[in-house]
Amino acid sequence: MLNMKKYLPILFVFLWFAINAQEHFPKNNGIKTPNKGYTAFVNATIYANPTKIIKNGTLLIKDKKIVAVGLNIKLPKNTVQINVKGLYIYPSFIDLYSDFGITKPKRDKNFSLSSQWNSKRDGYYWNDHIRPETNAVNFYKYDVKTAKALLKLGFGVVNTHVKDGIARGTSVLTSLDQNTTNNTRIISQKAAQHFAFTKSVTSRQSYPTSLMGSIALLRQFFNDVNWYKNQKNTNDISLDAQINNESLPLIFDANDKLNAIRVSKISKLFHLNAIIKGKGNEFERINEIKATNARYIIPLNFPKPYDVSNPYTANQIALSDLRFWNQAPANLAILAKNKVSFCLTTADLKAKKDFIPNLLKAIKYGLDKETALAALTTIPAKYLQKENVIGSLKKDAYANFLITSKPIFDKGSIIYENWIQGSKNILEDRNIIPISGKYFFQIDAKKYNIIFTGESNKIKAKVTLDSMVLKSKTTYKNNWLNVLINPLDTTKTEFIRLISKINTVSEFSGNAILENGTKTTWKAIKERVKPVSKQRKKKKNTSKEVFILPVTFPNIAYGFIKKPKQQDFLIKNVTVWTNEKDGIIKNKDVFIRNGKIYKILDTDTQTFNKNFIRIDGTNKHLTAGIIDEHSHIAISDGVNEAGQNNSAEVTIQDVVKSNDINMYRNLAGGVTTSQLLHGSANPIGGRAALIKLKWGENPDVMQYKDHKFIKFALGENVKHSRSPYNSHRFPQTRMGVEQVYMDNFTRAKEYDYKKKHGKEVRYDQELEVLAEILNKERFITCHSYIQSEITMLMRVAEKFNFKVNTFTHILEGYKVADKMKQHGVGASTFSDWWAYKYEVNDAIPYNGAILHKKGIVVAFNSDDAEMSRRLNQEAAKAVKYGNISEEEAWKFVTLNPAKLLHIDHRVGSIKVGKDADLVLWNTNPLSVYAKAEKTFIDGILYFDIERDLKQQQLIKKERNKLINLMLIEKNKGVKTQKPKKKAPKLYTCETVAY
Amino acid sequence: MKNILFLLFVGIGSVAMSQQIPAPKQTETITIIGATAHIGNGKVIPNSIVVFKNGTLTTVQSNSGVNKHLGKVIRAKGKHIYPAFIAPNTTLGLAEIDAVKATLDVTEIGTFNPHIRSIVAYNPESKVTETVRSNGVLIGQITPRGGYISGTSSVVQFDAWNYEDAILREDDGIHLNWPKSFNRSGWWAQPGSISENKKYDKQIQTIVSFFDNTKENTDTPNLKFEALKGLFNGSKTLYIHVNGEKEIIDAITFKNQFSILNLVLVGAFDAYKVTDLLKKNAIAVILKRTHSLPTAEDQDIKLPFKLAKLLDDAGILVAFDPAGGMERMNTRNLPFYAGTAVAYGLDYEKAITMLTLNPAKILGIDTQIGSLEVGKDATLFISSGDALDMRTNNVENAFINGREINLDTHQKQLYRKFSTK
Repeated sequence: MLNMKKYLPILFVFLWFAINAQEHFPKNNGIKTPNKGYTAFVNATIYANPTKIIKNGTLLIKDKKIVAVGLNIKLPKNTVQINVKGLYIYPSFIDLYSDFGITKPKRDKNFSLSSQWNSKRDGYYWNDHIRPETNAVNFYKYDVKTAKALLKLGFGVVNTHVKDGIARGTSVLTSLDQNTTNNTRIISQKAAQHFAFTKSVTSRQSYPTSLMGSIALLRQFFNDVNWYKNQKNTNDISLDAQINNESLPLIFDANDKLNAIRVSKISKLFHLNAIIKGKGNEFERINEIKATNARYIIPLNFPKPYDVSNPYTANQIALSDLRFWNQAPANLAILAKNKVSFCLTTADLKAKKDFIPNLLKAIKYGLDKETALAALTTIPAKYLQKENVIGSLKKDAYANFLITSKPIFDKGSIIYENWIQGSKNILEDRNIIPISGKYFFQIDAKKYNIIFTGESNKIKAKVTLDSMVLKSKTTYKNNWLNVLINPLDTTKTEFIRLISKINTVSEFSGNAILENGTKTTWKAIKERVKPVSKQRKKKKNTSKEVFILPVTFPNIAYGFIKKPKQQDFLIKNVTVWTNEKDGIIKNKDVFIRNGKIYKILDTDTQTFNKNFIRIDGTNKHLTAGIIDEHSHIAISDGVNEAGQNNSAEVTIQDVVKSNDINMYRNLAGGVTTSQLLHGSANPIGGRAALIKLKWGENPDVMQYKDHKFIKFALGENVKHSRSPYNSHRFPQTRMGVEQVYMDNFTRAKEYDYKKKHGKEVRYDQELEVLAEILNKERFITCHSYIQSEITMLMRVAEKFNFKVNTFTHILEGYKVADKMKQHGVGASTFSDWWAYKYEVNDAIPYNGAILHKKGIVVAFNSDDAEMSRRLNQEAAKAVKYGNISEEEAWKFVTLNPAKLLHIDHRVGSIKVGKDADLVLWNTNPLSVYAKAEKTFIDGILYFDIERDLKQQQLIKKERNKLINLMLIEKNKGVKTQKPKKKAPKLYTCETVAY
Repeated sequence: MKNILFLLFVGIGSVAMSQQIPAPKQTETITIIGATAHIGNGKVIPNSIVVFKNGTLTTVQSNSGVNKHLGKVIRAKGKHIYPAFIAPNTTLGLAEIDAVKATLDVTEIGTFNPHIRSIVAYNPESKVTETVRSNGVLIGQITPRGGYISGTSSVVQFDAWNYEDAILREDDGIHLNWPKSFNRSGWWAQPGSISENKKYDKQIQTIVSFFDNTKENTDTPNLKFEALKGLFNGSKTLYIHVNGEKEIIDAITFKNQFSILNLVLVGAFDAYKVTDLLKKNAIAVILKRTHSLPTAEDQDIKLPFKLAKLLDDAGILVAFDPAGGMERMNTRNLPFYAGTAVAYGLDYEKAITMLTLNPAKILGIDTQIGSLEVGKDATLFISSGDALDMRTNNVENAFINGREINLDTHQKQLYRKFSTK
């Protein structure tokens, strides 16, 4: 084989090291006098910023900076002029969310089965995941390979940080120039401060083990920062660092639409004005995202289509995942349409080279080019308050700009050069003459055809002789074309080599070296191609219009395309389980108006009010909606904050997940209200959320405001009875559990006293919450099993002069029913669970009946996403086990939990004026044969068994459509991803992982 | 009357705070008059007379009013008689308290354990079983768990002094857990996504080679291979625990590859997708617990409730599987799993068949058990109301082989004890 490179003059790119050396550095490899001349780029179309376009403009730069941009600029003497006629100049791009040049922190290798409860650092904040003292500048090392990739995409400046921990410290703003040192590159050593919800890999400190724990930790931390400002005797390196970082822009990696809303709440609480790094799914909750009023950094990692060629494996993919593939590219367009401020990042992209194709896709999906350009230039500059130096082409800004062949977001646009801080980084040779097209040439009286395709130096050639394709290899650099043609007979090693310096496009000539080594000349002549008619072109364009599925609420199967509205209903001739004095009454007309129960009248066939939607209730039963006192559905990322034995600081209210399919399944079982409880890992658990299952709404709309409950827990779980290793966390016995309470309430009492008497306290979320309990402003629902611990907690409460509101599970409650009655506590129990652990060995299904007969308010709860959709059946077990009347048994899952949750003035019975949270059943709701046909919440029909059937058909259709679209993609050769199944997240009290 | 009964019970309860005493052999003929008899084969006799003698049914017919009332008469007008409900694939008696390891005899270590026999660990005095039989479930197939082949099950009745007394059919079948083509990555503390199991084919190969080896004749008998022999001569049934569509097809291919005579699928959530194949191969299904969540986010949310009907419509022999979360204590809810299937379209008497005659056929005990037919064992119960509905299920009398069993439980005793407080 011949070495072809021999034939190519090798042209070195000018290296500008000399120019960019530091003034105060000695120089031993040449003269020190710098080149301080002017350079002007003339005749270009200059996008000084996304809205200021200068045609035939001039860009004048000197050193690192821009001197002038515009028309008719007077060039100083000795200006080097570079004619870029026909080309385009843009500001280089900026990425605010990068870890460029930062080595990924290493995971702590000291693995132990036992949890690490405390920090192992000394002098820092008590939690290892709070690391504001980290300054990326100390770790930053220019990474040539990544820089090259980013330069190619058009990036000139990145804001890079250590992506590790909850508080991550400061980032460094640096240019990507290849030709200089960090002394020049670094624009700002501390450009922004960074936060996220995920823990540091460098520490195994347990806390926080949940998303709500991360949120609570951040709240405590920002409070501590304020407290620390007035402390003289304490030193904390982390808090000091945070105080120093305070003035910097704050970037928070939310990495999800719902998390973005959560970040926004923290941001508002502490006036952080956070810039939120998103995930790309913001469009699914666009109204809420818009309402955050926050600024966003959005990645462009669109999912690849799934490989659905195997129907068995394709079946495993959830509709929501299939759909997300279809919708995700529209995210940016939707954000822009809703006037959400955002910039773009290459973060989360597995292959950085996908950035530009994905951006072009987003543009195809409706993102306007001006917004796209701004999101890469002016917006990120503004977010960092660096708009004077980067992001646009103006006087005194850094000379960071791109020279492109076409408008930058046009198909086939080439970035030739990426100038950074006045230094040239060549990406493509812009002086190359484009030779794509069809040519012919003759050698040895044989006529060859050659077709060149592709751009500049990536050109490919196809050589044919008498319509036979000859294998060939082509290089094209610096206008030198070199073609190596294989012989037709592939067993031979006789090649034809063509070489030519290109000057014109229509024809060119050069030397040819034939098989036998003879040197001759060759001449390629371009064939004329008929221009494609405009009409045909147009047609082609319209057929490529994108197909985007509508976003549903929530954006998964069974979501609503249009959120249902409150309507006025009349349910005629129905049997009503009032849960009031009237008991169960037949042949009634129930009117629902403005979300409330409006009237209950005897059925009168004459009554006809056209303002109400009529529903025939003949032979059907209408009840109040089921209320589940103990549920763990609809929770994001962790039901237990298991990192400490008191987790009063966390609240499920922070992490309600509005797109859990179990909400819809529960609605179909007649559930309208669920209390979402913290798990049972700790004696003092987290605060609870109470939601109405308003399918499609956001977490805030679902929640009862001012729900003031907290989960406590006793027994085997909190004393770590079944840890697979030796646990060292206090408590390990029921004796210790009592002392956890004594200790915490004693401290809370003191804390509260100090606060009430105007004395200074360090704000402590846990003690704040416990003080609310002492002040009877917050209520306990306590996971409990055996009689001793039940009595113990009541006695602790009595010592501190408050009452336990509810014992949940309470399977041995029947043994101490009299004591419970005396204390005034309610019971929310299981109908028939037992024998799953030692402490439920004496659990009996008659528990509810005994407690009820003793006059205690009794509820049956689920603690299980499957059972919660059949709580009507569970209520019936109170009839079976213990002979409770049907009327009373029904209250176990409706009115009684409402009482326990202090919402019985609103829900739990059918009474004029109460919320229209109602369920229409086909038969007696206690029967195993009962089906909820319609479920209303606040007069809104959220579940309808008929709509459900239609939905199933729509789901099938949509799946089929999406699978076909993906097959088309696969056939086109688009890279696919392997099918995966959505892993359901089902929590119980005991789930520690998330 | 109830109060008197109650006091009577208190009397008994205060003496016997322990296991119930197994009932003695039937000596007196018993006649049950007036109840609605659910025969178990799909038929129902609204006003029936049922007579049994020496543990065997002698009369099951419509109550014409002229029959001689033999022996002890139980008047059961308005009540229901059912053949004993059968819990296939259960771990009752193999464990007492889930969280206490010392009480667990459910899972042996090892991948291929056909020689592991559940019957020897079966505890006939389990307090959990008492609560199950008092809801009408009187017979169970005691099945070990774990590994690819978890072991050999046996069928027992729930009123016995010891495991040998309890046996209805010893070593009835071998249980094979089929690999999953999709599995979850990660570990318990950090579960990953569910994606294609790359080892699936290899795992099947492992099973195939194990069975291949059984053909080799060695001089020394191999315990494992000896245990498998029954699968090839039809004396044992192979129970393949499998749920996915692809896996079911693979399992059936496997059955045919090794000419296994009796195959029953356990779980078989996706069986409704391949009913033709099941029918063609005459394969019965012990159907995954009705009270389960859908297996996918966009699935029909009521699909688990509807599967029994879907399979029945396709002509598949179906029984209800109690396995799943808290499977032992929840076995007392087995009748209600069937009830929910009825709510979603299954014919009521078909549901009874799926709790009685169908599992009896599957377990190979249908000559004795499974329906109220003359000549069969008098293993049945009377409920004052519809036994499939928790609202009305109230088992008043239960008989195993004509022996009237004590329906008292540890839980009822505690109820009585603390009702007196």
